Amino acid sequence: MEGLERILGEHRLFSGLGEEFVDLAAGCAKNTRFNADEYLFHAEDPADWIYLVRHGRVSLELAAPGAGAMQFETVGEGEVVGLTWLLPPYRWGYDARALELTRAIALDARCLRDKCDADNRLGYALFKRILPVLVQRLQAMRLQMLDVYGHRR
Amino acid sequence: MDTVAETRAAPMADAMVPRIVRVRRRVRDLPGTVTLELEPADAAPLPRYRPGQFTMLYVFGVGEIPVSISGDASDASRLVQTIRSVGAVSEAVTALKPGDMIGLRGPFGTAWPTDELAGQDVVVVAGGLGLAPLRPSIYHLLANRSQFGKVILLYGTRGPDEILYRRQLETWRKRLDLELEVTVDHAAGDWRGHVGVVTRLIPRLAVDVAHATALVCGPEVMMRFAGAALRDIGLPEETIWVSIERNMKCAVGLCGHCQFAGMFACKDGAVVRYDRVRRLMALKEV
Repeated sequence: MEGLERILGEHRLFSGLGEEFVDLAAGCAKNTRFNADEYLFHAEDPADWIYLVRHGRVSLELAAPGAGAMQFETVGEGEVVGLTWLLPPYRWGYDARALELTRAIALDARCLRDKCDADNRLGYALFKRILPVLVQRLQAMRLQMLDVYGHRR
Repeated sequence: MDTVAETRAAPMADAMVPRIVRVRRRVRDLPGTVTLELEPADAAPLPRYRPGQFTMLYVFGVGEIPVSISGDASDASRLVQTIRSVGAVSEAVTALKPGDMIGLRGPFGTAWPTDELAGQDVVVVAGGLGLAPLRPSIYHLLANRSQFGKVILLYGTRGPDEILYRRQLETWRKRLDLELEVTVDHAAGDWRGHVGVVTRLIPRLAVDVAHATALVCGPEVMMRFAGAALRDIGLPEETIWVSIERNMKCAVGLCGHCQFAGMFACKDGAVVRYDRVRRLMALKEV
């Protein structure tokens, strides 16, 4: 467990968060490993886990009839896969597939939510870490939607 | 009096008169995008240029457009330019074949600060066709590699089938002294590279921000986001360079078509320091 706490404390999401909070979160954590093309989760599955990528790369994608899987984002080392666990109904809206051998820390979302509810300081600290990730992805998505390479802009 | 007038008028006349050059080679990079290699049609050598400069290419009877120089500035034997067909003139330029003649003016404009990069980490951020005007600076960085710290190229484009200079990027990727990341906005399931806008790669950079310079070129919206992301990781604004584009016509700062607030993009740009234009780039009136 000590190893997990250290690894968790070094991840961008928890780095500098304080030992007390890292220890709390580590109680919900486990090591995971996905081979290339193995799915972390599928759309519509319960959002039970949050994955902190240590090595490798994960594709976030949606499948459409006739088009197959369409990748809209890849997430790599030091980043987070899965933000839907934060809000009801706690259900994934897309598929997540490892593009290569991927190692991650998986945090039990229910466990983490319970600890955040029980200790609002942890909840607030964690939300301050998650919010920038959400904002960054929102900004990136805006730029994607503008399709700036398609025409002269 | 006549002598004085002639002396004053001569440089401008030279800049405004196209020289005839010949298309030596044409490479189709992407649908609607070609790279032309131009050679002299007479005994005079081609004009020398600095990375980041552009020329005006004139298709007789059709019109004239500004085109980025995308070749190696140390190679005096040919002028390499990459053009995307977006209008009548660029369509005519991209349709040229080896042996065809074309009018050439320039080079014009400012250049990437390649002389000031020694000892620096250099981050090159390119979006779409923005890789073309940056390629001369990449040639320079790689040819003089020992002078620089880390050299990083981040390239973003729309999809895997719209990667410019793909074969060259694959060659560059094999170099151990260049960190190269390519990302696309969208991809099918079989794509193994990054997906997401190029600015998403910037927070992952490991550079010495106190001794780093960034060269950024692409659609203006992308450059705004890239500039912001580079600032977020600690690069001072004055170490970020961008390439602005407006409706360049005369290319010598006379006609005013390319006015960019108090500047002319053709003469005071295209390459400018980000701190000079950061606020202007966000104004829709400019």
